[in-house]
Order: sequence, then structure tokens, then C-alpha cells
Amino acid sequence: MPSSRSRLVVEARTEHAMFAPLQVAALALLLTCIGSGVLFAIYGVSPLKGLKAVFIEPLLTRYGIGEVLLKMAPLLLIAQGLAIGFRAQVWNIGAEGQLILGAIAASMMAIAFDGTTTVLLLPGMILAGMLAGMAWAAIAAFLRTQFNANEILVTFMLTSVALQLLYYLVTGPLKDPMGFNFPQSISFGQNATFPLLITGTRANASLWMGLVATAAAYIFVRYSFAGYKLSVGGLASGAATYAGFSSKRAVWLALLVSGGAAGLAGVGEVAGPLGMLQRNISPGYGYAGIIVAVLGGLHPIGILFASAIMALVYVGGDFALLSVGVPNAVTGILQGMLLIFYLACSLLLTSKIRWVKEEAT
Amino acid sequence: MDVLIFMVSGTFAAATALIFAAMGELVAEKSGMLNLGIEGMMATGAAMGFVAATVSGSYTIGFLAGATLGAMLSLVFATLTLVFRANQTASGLAIGILGLGLSSAIGKRYESKTLPGLPDAPLGPLADLPIIGPMFFQLDVMVYLSILLIPTIWYVLNRTKLGLTIRAVGESPLNAHALGMKVRLIRAGCVAFGGAMAGVGGAYMSTAYTPLWAEGMIAGRGWIVVALTVFGTWMVPRVAFGAYLFGSISLLELSIQAFGVNLPSQLMSAMPYIVTIIMLAAISRNRAFIRLNSPASLGATLKLT
Amino acid sequence: MAEPLLRIEGMTKAYGATLANDSVDFAVDAGRIHAVLGENGAGKSTLMKLIYGVVRPDAGTIAWNGTPVEITSPARARQLGIGMVFQHFSLFETLTVTENISLAVPGSLSELSDRIRTASAQFGLDVEPDARVHSLTVGERQRIEILRCILQEPKLIILDEPTSVLPPQGIAKLFETLRALSANGIGIVFISHKLEEIRSLCDTATIMRGGRVVGRVDPRTETAKSLTQLMIGQEIAAPAHNKDTVAGPAILTVRGLNHTPENPYAPKLTDLALTLKGGDILGIAGVSGNGQDALTRALAGEIRTQSDSVQLSGTNIGALGPDQRRKLGLHFIPEERLGRGAVPGHSLAENAGLTTFHRGLLNWGFLRLGARKRRAQDTIQAMDVRCSGPGAPAQSLSGGNLQKFIVGRELTLSPKVLIAAQPTWGVDVGAAAAIRQKFLDLRDAGVALLIVSEELEELMEVCDRIQVMFRGRLSGSVAVRETDIDHVGLAMAGDFDALEVTHA
Repeated sequence: MPSSRSRLVVEARTEHAMFAPLQVAALALLLTCIGSGVLFAIYGVSPLKGLKAVFIEPLLTRYGIGEVLLKMAPLLLIAQGLAIGFRAQVWNIGAEGQLILGAIAASMMAIAFDGTTTVLLLPGMILAGMLAGMAWAAIAAFLRTQFNANEILVTFMLTSVALQLLYYLVTGPLKDPMGFNFPQSISFGQNATFPLLITGTRANASLWMGLVATAAAYIFVRYSFAGYKLSVGGLASGAATYAGFSSKRAVWLALLVSGGAAGLAGVGEVAGPLGMLQRNISPGYGYAGIIVAVLGGLHPIGILFASAIMALVYVGGDFALLSVGVPNAVTGILQGMLLIFYLACSLLLTSKIRWVKEEAT
Repeated sequence: MDVLIFMVSGTFAAATALIFAAMGELVAEKSGMLNLGIEGMMATGAAMGFVAATVSGSYTIGFLAGATLGAMLSLVFATLTLVFRANQTASGLAIGILGLGLSSAIGKRYESKTLPGLPDAPLGPLADLPIIGPMFFQLDVMVYLSILLIPTIWYVLNRTKLGLTIRAVGESPLNAHALGMKVRLIRAGCVAFGGAMAGVGGAYMSTAYTPLWAEGMIAGRGWIVVALTVFGTWMVPRVAFGAYLFGSISLLELSIQAFGVNLPSQLMSAMPYIVTIIMLAAISRNRAFIRLNSPASLGATLKLT
Repeated sequence: MAEPLLRIEGMTKAYGATLANDSVDFAVDAGRIHAVLGENGAGKSTLMKLIYGVVRPDAGTIAWNGTPVEITSPARARQLGIGMVFQHFSLFETLTVTENISLAVPGSLSELSDRIRTASAQFGLDVEPDARVHSLTVGERQRIEILRCILQEPKLIILDEPTSVLPPQGIAKLFETLRALSANGIGIVFISHKLEEIRSLCDTATIMRGGRVVGRVDPRTETAKSLTQLMIGQEIAAPAHNKDTVAGPAILTVRGLNHTPENPYAPKLTDLALTLKGGDILGIAGVSGNGQDALTRALAGEIRTQSDSVQLSGTNIGALGPDQRRKLGLHFIPEERLGRGAVPGHSLAENAGLTTFHRGLLNWGFLRLGARKRRAQDTIQAMDVRCSGPGAPAQSLSGGNLQKFIVGRELTLSPKVLIAAQPTWGVDVGAAAAIRQKFLDLRDAGVALLIVSEELEELMEVCDRIQVMFRGRLSGSVAVRETDIDHVGLAMAGDFDALEVTHA
């Protein structure tokens, strides 16, 4: 007796799909909402209430919007830098450490020139922070190009080392002598902090660094020869070798750019909401930046939106803790889910999936 | 002598979690799967193991629960990479992030609670031997199980048809597929084993090594495990040796203090990571050697037909 | 009449819009050697994958000894008694011969090595059971494949282009084995596009073209010409040689070229020497895996060597990279089109800039997108590339069309030296003829060319001189008209002295 059954068939796409990345991100977001609804239900919270607390409540107040913008600034900077490397298959996962080094360098300047009124202090801190982030990433670039050491592992290890360096500095050389032995530096002067962006919020002008980085990344990816070379190397390393594009140069470029951007993010934290160097300067921005970069489809404009969403998840996690009593550990779970769903849905970027009915006897 | 006893027995205890996780990751990598989410799976295993052991009062249930959750997380990785053909690096990072979040959520209400800790294995007269006894025979049963795991994994990988199949799949999944091997199933199985072992390693941390749950207690050990497979150039004895080496380095802080040397404690805490970086560079430098020994398809996205 | 061993009816398989197999009917009898003949892309490989259960058909039936069966996987195929010897071997380099075989054949390793010894003696397939595959020659690897097949005690063996990897002497040996197998009652399907081989070996031939069966003949009663007509559907004109061209001065000189590859399984290049002259085509013959890959990389600049080991018009270029060599007029067409010659996911416009950026496509480090698109458009027109335009992703083109695009791209900067590796591999007959003609036109225009190919016939047809590569060494050069296929074949097996007919 002939029976008919169907199966899923995955076929390669041959045409360019223009809006697919957007669809994939939207689908991933939808699935994350469903997943987090389930999570809220486990915690005994109505899913709709929980989702409202995470994704809507932060946007209802001026303060909430300010917090989202505040968290968006470092995520945007870090993700734009990382995406440049990811496109070239250079996996810097140590943005957290490069951020810490940027924060340390900027703080050292702020402390050294404390009491002065020079307007050049903040620009100097920005420069120092960027260079420090680059230098920290350069260690990984050097070890990868000269010793073939895996940059994923090295950048992670360097982050752990950076954390210990930070602990050492805030409990030792950079500790505020009048600070009752708290592990933190002196508070920075006015000329060492970013001006506020919106009054009544904590959002500050460091967001501009992120926006400039976005524009620069867009031009770099779309119009520059260096960006083209990185993309060839990432998509087909054999073609890059054949064309004569140096893979070592690509590693250096990718790590320096992402390290510098992360360093800037570090400056934004100590010269922004913190106003000092302390033990906790980042709630994992360096890792969340990886998610933002991937979620944004490694595209500068996509990353702009992705950083806003991720910032919302951060702030929303805090809101959910306060308003519905869900531990803010859900933030981490939401972030992980978002990335997992995005990766799963990415199959749609390269393939079409359809049901095929087949006749069998 | 006390310091030596402490160093030897301490090294075994400190390396146990690494051995479990590294042997599991080695099997996964031999099949071509580079799972970078070990840190998250160990953390989840630690939280789950602690909670399960506390609630049930049974360490066995704690380890089983840790292994189960670790395996489940790793199967998410397997699904992403094998079914959805996602990039292995990005998928591993995703599992790592999810696992850390999950561990923190699971352990939240148990933060700062403690357990009595896994008792020593009853080895009777052996444990009473002078010097040798406290060095080797006053350890808990998981330490001995981890030691047994090393030759077992070696035997399976190098002397059995299963091991041959795993190695073949890791060298060329396309050829393996053409010969009719169930490549996805084999890889998923290896990854699940790796996840379970990472879960056991994590549970060992929270129920035996330092019998308490604290967020972030895995502290990069999952990444050191990934580094160990490179350090050991995918050979079982070398990977195991690396795990013991790192176990002893993590004791350095305590023992150096015992000798009265005064270094910043942060430098000592950073030491395992610095040593890992140096070792990694020293081993990876020989490209031909790495290439000869690494599973040829390691980390590559699976494309069958 | 007895039921055939395998009967296939109405087999259809589509990949996207392309019908790789279009209601194919096909039958094989036990104890017979049955050829499947067709050019690249005719659907032979797809048909074999359907029989072996690697891919599933969209429609059609398979009968095994008269019973309808569904072959859902290679395991099912093997269970029925169908064995397959792949064109690109499915062996594992790091494992031993016995281990490789044990992955497909049940039984303990020690018992298996005995069976390997027995079977290899019976069918003249000598291999060393404990050797690791990476140390073996291509011919030995093929013997392992065949042994692995035989030990599964199949009733039908499929061989996909088995002779394309063998030197001529190896082919004769393979044929003896196949005849012995068929005498033992095993049915054999022999896939090839080489007519002479089929005429000397096979009892029946099924001819495929464009996914359909276009003929079923007895090859022994056909001529090569009639088979070609069936296979191609039209007559392909032999490329027009301008026999009067005289080779010009040396343009590229290689002397004392040595290189130890990073891949421990690849042969070392030892003391290579060759000269490329304007208006002259040098062919490099040899079984693949003898160092040709490293040689072309060293010439193109992907591998850097001692500066004076490669000289272009008197300038030492051994230490220069590919882009610098291109600026000096040395261009290279690699063997792999997707992933090396072109970035699969990039558009043709983006790929046009891959190797020609240094002339007119850059402005202060920024891309001139308009100029790049125009260059791609020009190349598409000049080479008659069938595609949807400069925006088409490279991976959407057929092998032949992409190769024409790549060849055209390398010609836009009017090279002085052109190096091509397997330029017609996997390319349809029409495109292959166009590419060969292009090379001859370039030669007549005074360009120095080097072609590396496994297809000896192609080299004999296009080249003026030939050198043979074996285990990382190069023979001296011989004029094509002073040698023949048999002598080049001996040299391919390592006997460089046999290269020139006059020496024999």
C-alpha cells in the first residue's frame, strides 16, 4: 500500500537574502521571549508580568531609558570591535580584560592629574585607555602570530590575569589613602568624567564613542580595503592566502581594533557612572559584547540594535528583581538563550528549510 | 615533610575536577567537537551537584545530578552544531554563558551554605601507613575514580572499535559518513560524555574540594581544561599529566606562604593563568606537531553531503 | 532471461532547479563489467550515490535480484551486497590499513589482517596491513579501498573514476583485478569518461548526458568517435594549434627550489628546476600528491622560498608574496575554485577584486565599488560566463562558469606568466574547450604558461613540453612530440630516464 510521508529538507540558498538577518534576529528574540516566559513561570511569576518587567518597564521612565543608554554604551563599543575580528574568524573573547586595562590606564591618569583643571585630561584618559586595551590584546596577537597560540584561550586567560591586576591595584598602589581601606581609588575630578547626556539619568557622553565607533565600523566594513581583506580571510582562508592577504596582519588588526574598543569602554565606565576605579567595574560587558556582536549579525547597524536589546535585558533583569522578585541571575540565562536561539535560527541565513512529501511503497 | 604531604595529597584533590572534565573534553575533541562551554557546564554541575547533594543527603545523587545537567547542556551544543550547523566556537561560548547564568539561578538559595564534604575512601591499613598513607591513601573515592578514568579513556580511545570510530569521525566526518557511520550520533554521544564529565568535575568542586556553593567558584577551570587538551596534544597521558601539573600550581599560593615568602596574593592567584598562557605558546609553537596530533576536523562546521 | 542483479527504473533526483538524474533506467548483471560513461555533470556520480544510499531519490524504484528494495543508507547498501570504491578515497590518514578496513568490516583486528593477506594475494592487491595510510601512494590507497570493498563480500562493486588517479601501468594492474573479480561472479559498475579504457575492459556501457540515459551499447563494437558523439551530443573541435610559434626567451626560471611542507604527510620539494619561455606551454604531469600543490604555491608566492630560487625576467622573486608577484605579471589559477580561487559567499564583483585590486580598484585604501563592478561585468562578457550578473554569489555558478570567470579575471591584467593547476577539473566539456583554447591563444600572444594536470591526454594535447613530478622531484623537460603517453607514464612511476622515447 503506498503511503505518503514528509520529511524536512535543508537546501543551500543560492540567492542573497537581504532581510534575512533581521528576520533571524527577530525570530531569536521571539523564541527568547517564549523561553523566558517559561522561566518566569518556573519562578512562579506570571510570564506576561515577567516579560513586561524585563522588556517594557525600563522604557517607561526617564531613569529607565537613561540606564539602558548607559549600559548600551560599553556594549556597543565592545561589540563593534569584536565583530571586526569575528568576521575574520579571530575570536577575541577577552574584551572584559581589555576593558579592565583601559579602565586602569584611564584611572591612573585621572589620579596622577587629580586637582588640575586641564580640559585635556579626559581626552588623555580616552587615549590612554584605548592604548592600554590594545596593548593587552596585542599580547594575544603576538602569541598567536609568533607562537600559534590559540587566541580564544589566551584572551580568556589574560582576562583572569587582568582581574587580579585590578584587585592588586585597588587594594594597593591605587587605593584611596583616605578611603577607610575600601578597595577603591579616589573619586575623579570633574575634568576626568564624562558630562551627563540627559539630566536626571546616569547616561553620559561616552555613548558618543559608541556611535562614532558604529559609523567608523560601517565605513570600514563596507568601503575599506582592509575590511574587505578581513572578510575574505574569515570566509575563505584559502582565498586570502591565494590573494596574498597576510593572515598575521589580519590577526593583529582584529585584536588591536577590538582591544582598543574594549579599552574605550573601560574608560567610559570609570569616567562615567563609577567616577573611580573599584573592584567591580563591569557586570560582564566583555562577554555580553560577544553576544551583541553575533546577534547583530556582525553588521555595524545590526549591532547598534542588538546592543540596545542587550542593554534592555541587563536593565530589565534588575527591574525584574525589584518588581516581580525574580533573581537577576535570569539575565545570564536570557543572554545565553538569545545567543543560542540566534545561532539555531542562523541556519535560515544560508539554507532554506522546507517539508518534502515523498511517496514510498 | 608536612608541606610535601600537603602538596602531594593536595595536588590529587586539586586535579580531580580537571581530570574528569579534561578526559570528557578530550573524547569530545577526538570526535571533532570543540566544546568551549566547559566552564558553564562545570559551573552548572557544581551548582546542581551541591543542591542535589544537600537536598537528598546523598553525594551519589549529587554527582549524578551534576552529570545529567552537564550532559543536557552539552547536548544543546550538539544540537546547535550538528543539526543547525552553527559555528562551534560561537555555540560553545553560548553554552558557557547559559551555563554560568543557569548555575547562578540554581544555586541562588544555597549560596554560602556548606556540606560536610565527601569522606575519605575507607582504605583501612593503607591509610595508616606513615607518610605514604596521608599522601596517597587518605583521599576521597572520586580522586581514585578520576585516576581510574585515565587508563580507561586511553584504552577505549586506542584499543577498541568504539575508539577507532571516534577517531575516524574526528579525522574526517565526510569519509565516516560515506562509510555509513552515524557521524552526528557518534559526535553527540562524545559531546554528551564530555558534558557529563564536566558536570561531575564541577560537582566535585562544590561537594568535595571546597564543599560549598559560591557563584564563580569554577574560576576559569573550564578554560584551563580546554587549554589542557592542547597542552597534552590530544594524548591521554599528557593531558592527565597537565592536569596534575596545574593542580599543583594552584596549591602554590598556599605552599609559598608556608615557606614564608611574601608575594602579592593576586600574583599567586594569577599564576595558573599565566602558566597556561606560557605553556600554550610553548606547545603550540611546533605547528607540525600540533597538526599531526590534533583531530583533523576539530572545530570545523559539519557539512554532510 | 534471468533477472539482473540490480535494476533501476525512473530514478529522478533534483538539486534545486537542476535535474541531476532525470528518470534514469539502468540494469547490471552478475559477473559483468558495466561501464557508465558521461562527461562531468552528466549525472553519473549522482546515480551511484543513489544506488549506494548516500542520497535519496525524489522518485524511482530499485530492484535487487528482482525484489524491490529501498536503499536508505550506505549501511543498507552494504547489507544488500553493494560495495563502493570512491574517486576521492574515504580513507583515514592517521589509521593503519587494517584499522581502516575494520571500520567497514566486522571482525577482530588480528583475524582481519589474515583475511587481508589472503584476499590481497588472491586478487593481486598487495598492501601492508600494518602501514599507516598517510605513508602510502595513491595506487596503494586505491587497493585498500578495493580490498575493503571485497572483504565485505559484495555482489556488486561500483568504482567511481578509478583510473583517474593511477599511472598507466597501475591501470593495467587494476584491470586484471577487476577481471578476476568479475570471473568470480561479481557485478562491476565502472564509471569513467575515458573511452579507450571502457572499450578494453567493459562488456556493456550505459551513456549519460545531462542527467538522462542517452544510449546503451556494447563498447567493444563501437569506435571512440561514436562513443564521444553519444556522450557529448556534438563534435567538439580540437583546439586550434598554431604550430609555427617559436618559443621566446626564458621569462620564469626556477633553480634549486627546496621546500619542506608543514603537513608531515606531504612530500618534500627537492632541488626543482624548470624554465618557462614566452610563447611556450610547459605541462607538469604526475599522479596527484607528488608535490604539485606545493610547487604551484611556491611559484605563485603562497610559499616563500629562497629569493634566488625563482626568477622572473632576471629579478629574484622567491621571497615575494602572491600580490607582489602579480604586480610583476605572474598570475595563478588554483585547483580549488570555491574557497581558494573565489570566496563562495562573495559576489562576482567582490571576487573580481580578489587578485586585481592593485590596478585601479583602490583609492587611498578604500574600494572603488563602481570600477570593481564594471571589471566583473567586463570579465563576464569577455569569457561568456553564464550568471545573473556581477551580483551573483560565486557559489551559485556551475564549476565551468566559475572557472571561466576566474581565468578571465586573471587575464584582465594581461599576465606575462600564467600558472594553472588542474584548469579543467570538474568543468564541462564546452567550458574546458574554451579554457584550453584561451591558453593556446595566450601562448601565441607570447605569454609563458605552466599547466599542472592529472589528465595526461590534456597535457599531450595542449602543451609544448612536459616535465614529470614524482615524490617531490621534477624530471627534465621533454618536447611533447618526442615522447608519448606510455613513456610519460613510466616517468610518472618514478623512472625519469624513460621519459624520452629516444632513450628507450
